[in-house]
Amino acid sequence: MVKVLESEAPARRVALDLPLVRIPDRGPQREHALPSSERVIRAEQLTIRYGTFAAVREVTLDIPSHRVTAIIGPSGCGKSTLLRAMNRMNDFVPSASVAGKLFFRGEDIYRPGFDPVELRRRIGMVFQKPNPFPKSIAKNVSWGAAINGYQGNLDDLVERALHQAALWDEVKDKLDDNAYTLSGGQQQRLCIARAIALQPEVLLMDEPCSALDPIATARIEDLIDQLKAQYTVVLVTHNMQQAARVSDRTAFMYMGELIEVDDTTVIFTKPTQKKTQDYITGRFG
Amino acid sequence: MSDGVGLRACRPCVGAIMAKALVKAKERTIHLALFVCALVSIVTTVGIVWVLIKESLEFFAHVSPIEFFLGTKWAPSFFPQHFGVLPLICGTFLVAGGALVVAVPVGLAAAIYLSEYASPGLRRILKPTLEVLAGIPSVVYGFFAFTFVTPYVLRPLFPETDIFNAASAAIVVGVMIIPTISSLCDDAFRAVPRSLREAAYALSATRLEVSTRVVFPAATSGIVAAILLALARAIGETMAVAIAAGNLAKLTANPLTNVQTMTAYIAQKSLGDTPAGTIEYQTIFAVGLTLFLMTMAVNVIAQRVLKRFREVYE
Repeated sequence: MVKVLESEAPARRVALDLPLVRIPDRGPQREHALPSSERVIRAEQLTIRYGTFAAVREVTLDIPSHRVTAIIGPSGCGKSTLLRAMNRMNDFVPSASVAGKLFFRGEDIYRPGFDPVELRRRIGMVFQKPNPFPKSIAKNVSWGAAINGYQGNLDDLVERALHQAALWDEVKDKLDDNAYTLSGGQQQRLCIARAIALQPEVLLMDEPCSALDPIATARIEDLIDQLKAQYTVVLVTHNMQQAARVSDRTAFMYMGELIEVDDTTVIFTKPTQKKTQDYITGRFG
Repeated sequence: MSDGVGLRACRPCVGAIMAKALVKAKERTIHLALFVCALVSIVTTVGIVWVLIKESLEFFAHVSPIEFFLGTKWAPSFFPQHFGVLPLICGTFLVAGGALVVAVPVGLAAAIYLSEYASPGLRRILKPTLEVLAGIPSVVYGFFAFTFVTPYVLRPLFPETDIFNAASAAIVVGVMIIPTISSLCDDAFRAVPRSLREAAYALSATRLEVSTRVVFPAATSGIVAAILLALARAIGETMAVAIAAGNLAKLTANPLTNVQTMTAYIAQKSLGDTPAGTIEYQTIFAVGLTLFLMTMAVNVIAQRVLKRFREVYE
């Protein structure tokens, strides 16, 4: 029953003994509010449609400050759509439309006149597949700062960001090499360095390890653990072990709805929803 | 008894074999017909090149290649005759270069707009509309240059402009090749992976920054290829140029004066009553060969560049 959850977790492991009692299905959970001082992002009755299809339905979710929040769920459950709504990357999907509210530091980011460019300076993003620019390693890291009119020393910024992304020692002698010469895992850490070089408040990560091998994955997971000291991290993953290893809170989504959200230990040991239990025990998804 | 069984089994068998043979013959005929069609274009090309070379060789028997390629005076119809092709090349590049000056900025801007700014609906309307520009007969462009661009655009600005001038031809040829540039560059821009755009947007880039600092550099080779193909078109353009640019072979850098391009010269001589076999007649082929080599060189370079660009993104 728990064989799915047995893995070589390097960093932390959550006790995964699951209750054997049957949990009644009480329907999707709507609210699990945090005190407003702790939350950075809040979705309120958020619905996102592609054309007429609702990929995310009436989700209300708080993202706590300086924690790692994992969003898990089977493919097509709307977790990436929800994540990409948080820095308005869905703006580039012509058919996407948003109803409900999404607050960043108390401000509705979907209100008319809100500037998404400034929002994306404060909310960084790392994508599923590493997507460095076809430029040098240093230029990749400094790109965002340079276009945003960074006044300080770019070399220092590059070094600092690469240190934070645990990549400096591997690339310090070849900063002028093309980023495509790096391995997949290194490229992904470069993309993390590139995102944190802008010193955002929040880092959105959309299945950042799905294209990586287990060793590269372990390195990124260690890195995520360190990043939460400075950043609020929202991590979308289809890998439950990963969510269990690196996140403080876990939100479970299914068919566009937020089924349950709670501390990761609670979700993985005492879920209140039957669907959550079925999913984390590997009965579907 | 056993024979009867064998015969009965064989009759449909024979029919099947004949049908099969018929199908095979039909296939072969079609194969052959298609091959002949494909051959037509090859034979034509080879024929043209052959004629060009043959007549040019006779021309070069009378005029040294040094005089032809380095001479600065072109006067094959007057005595003393001069056979320096440079004035014609100069006229050609004045018009083609001017056309690029018009077409490159406009074409690139249009391509950026189409690929990065326009909504899918608008794009579906705009792109074919732009391509209509390439479908207008070039004689119309020539007439437009002569009756509108020169008297109403150029002369008010530069009163000393000749009635026939390189600038008016350059402007209309430029308009003519805008679709070549915008269409090919749009394709090149759209071949830039979406993930690169997303990376830039997620780093708080504006649409303009994404266009100019990510999409544009990533599509450089596609842009270069598009410009070269457009240049080849501009060099080969005849009708508009023959009408608007004039017929005075002259080594000049002033686009407001009467010039003659290689194509315009060929058109003029071919329409006139130049007797076959004379040296004047042979100049047509020598100039034609020069033109052919130039456009071919530009095309080959463009294909090379385009091929490299395809290897990067596909």
